[in-house]
Amino acid sequence: MSAMVEIEGCTKVYRVGSFGSTRLTAVRDVSFDVQAGEVVSLIGESGSGKSTIGRMILRLSPVSAGTIRFNGEDVAALKGRGLREYHRHAQGVFQDPFSSYNPIYKADRVFTMVKDTYFPAVDAHDWARKINASLEAVSLDPTQVLHKYPHQLSGGQLQRLLVARALLLDIDFLVADEIISMLDASTRIDVLNLLGDLKARGLGILFITHDLSLGNYISDRTVILRRGVIVEMGATVKVFGDPQHAYTQMLLESVPHLHRKWEDMKADYARADAAIESDAIDSTLVELEPDHLVRRAGGASA
Amino acid sequence: MGLEVDDLRVFYRTLRGDVQAVDGVTFGVADGEIMGLAGESGCGKSSLGNSLVYLTGRMRYVGGGVKLDGAALPIWDFEAMNEYRYREISVIPQYAMSALNPTRKIGRMTSELLHSRGVAYKSVVNELLRRFELVGLSEDVLAMYPIELSGGMKQRTVMVISTLLDPSLLIADEITSALDVSSQRAVAELLVEFRDRGFVKSTIVITHDISVLYQVADTILVMYAGHLAEKAPADVIINSPCHPYTKLLISSLPEIGVRYSEKQLVGIPGTPPALLDPPQGCRFKDRCPLASAKCNRRPPFVDFDSGHQVACWEVAA
Repeated sequence: MSAMVEIEGCTKVYRVGSFGSTRLTAVRDVSFDVQAGEVVSLIGESGSGKSTIGRMILRLSPVSAGTIRFNGEDVAALKGRGLREYHRHAQGVFQDPFSSYNPIYKADRVFTMVKDTYFPAVDAHDWARKINASLEAVSLDPTQVLHKYPHQLSGGQLQRLLVARALLLDIDFLVADEIISMLDASTRIDVLNLLGDLKARGLGILFITHDLSLGNYISDRTVILRRGVIVEMGATVKVFGDPQHAYTQMLLESVPHLHRKWEDMKADYARADAAIESDAIDSTLVELEPDHLVRRAGGASA
Repeated sequence: MGLEVDDLRVFYRTLRGDVQAVDGVTFGVADGEIMGLAGESGCGKSSLGNSLVYLTGRMRYVGGGVKLDGAALPIWDFEAMNEYRYREISVIPQYAMSALNPTRKIGRMTSELLHSRGVAYKSVVNELLRRFELVGLSEDVLAMYPIELSGGMKQRTVMVISTLLDPSLLIADEITSALDVSSQRAVAELLVEFRDRGFVKSTIVITHDISVLYQVADTILVMYAGHLAEKAPADVIINSPCHPYTKLLISSLPEIGVRYSEKQLVGIPGTPPALLDPPQGCRFKDRCPLASAKCNRRPPFVDFDSGHQVACWEVAA
């Protein structure tokens, strides 16, 4: 089966400094794919390029090298109507729900904008029914959220409204970029479960996060990113259950656990740093077992 | 002796009335204790922390008392508190690391800060360097601008500077929230190290992340909507919480090893009440599975077990 979203050898170089004199490689030769009905979590620390990958998939920023294919079609080649058609099927929800809305307008204006751009022909009555259906899918009560200003709604409600907006478009693929980092512990699990429901409806989801426990909870496959390079990827159970790269091990040992104390876990920063050093020289992703790849220096096998 | 807070009430003034952010809060922090203060956003945890040090213009002291090492703190008097700030009671406000003056080098900024407290920079610079070394920062940091430091380095710098005069109480507000997991662990472990070395006597760690508190705190105090819900040793809060709010909160936290496909966690239905006109009695009653008619009166914050206090009619009282 061919994957819904295929990312092949993607690289992103930003020009920084005065007059773009310096080049900064934010993402280097990243390849992975997302199937329909699958949640893939992209985990990395700040500056690892995880959001850049999400933005490249959604065509919010161009790729420097490599290709991204959606259902076999090269995303970079899309223009005009084709691009709009693409955005009907692939949408993103981003980190800060409070800054995604214009505070001057009511929050449900995001729905009106979708109608104006994509469905100008649909009549108002059908549109209202469509909105209600999609609000129901994200378990929001229409009477509580429609005709309200963003400041009158909670972060969880706003974030779910954005997912509902994406659902209006009959999407197949959702980029969820840190969508629950800003939410409270008591509501974040509901938004996370919502992703699980969407997955059951056949959506492919790229779940971008820095929080390992959230990635572990929801995803089928995991990609660990460090400084724009994939260090380990594969089935979530394998990556978290039996981490092979020193960097992944260090991350897992630094996460605050609820029932295990840090004293019982030695985070080996030195070994992680050494592994990262050797990655820089000449390394490739090696398949250790089916659906579990890890970066090894010189392409030597395990 | 440590810190004793007795029935403290601090409200925010707004045009529509008072927002009851800290409403009748009584607790103590012993010498050498690291107390975690947890709760959802808007439950008053930062307001409580700030009210012990710095009442901003919008905050109004309504009642109650605060004692530090036996001496009553005049928290309602902005000028009189200057004597205690930084020397006796020091605060690392939320986003402190982003609030370092961008036009001052770290050394000059520290010297200006000490000068404002009447302390000569020369008399403490050796201690400052010793502590920088302890947290893994080099002497060069003094000659750097904040923009040259990474997030973890900035947070460690802030921690060293704010505890330089060995305050009795340190209030650390969300100091690990904006950091990556590896620096998060390093910074959180420093809190314990500073306590063990006697740089601070007691610490209040404010965070929404209970799993961090489990790692570093001795006791955890859970707040809900301006009231106290439960206080107990960290192990007890995590493994056998009593208050229904704490129970629901702990059970909604995903942990490494828990997977959606095997076990679905649930959040707490509903939202916290607005504190402008909070419900009478227990403020959690609208979301509580155990709520009954009794809950229309405010439950007292009473001993449930030794060192374990709860405010709930169903559990204790």
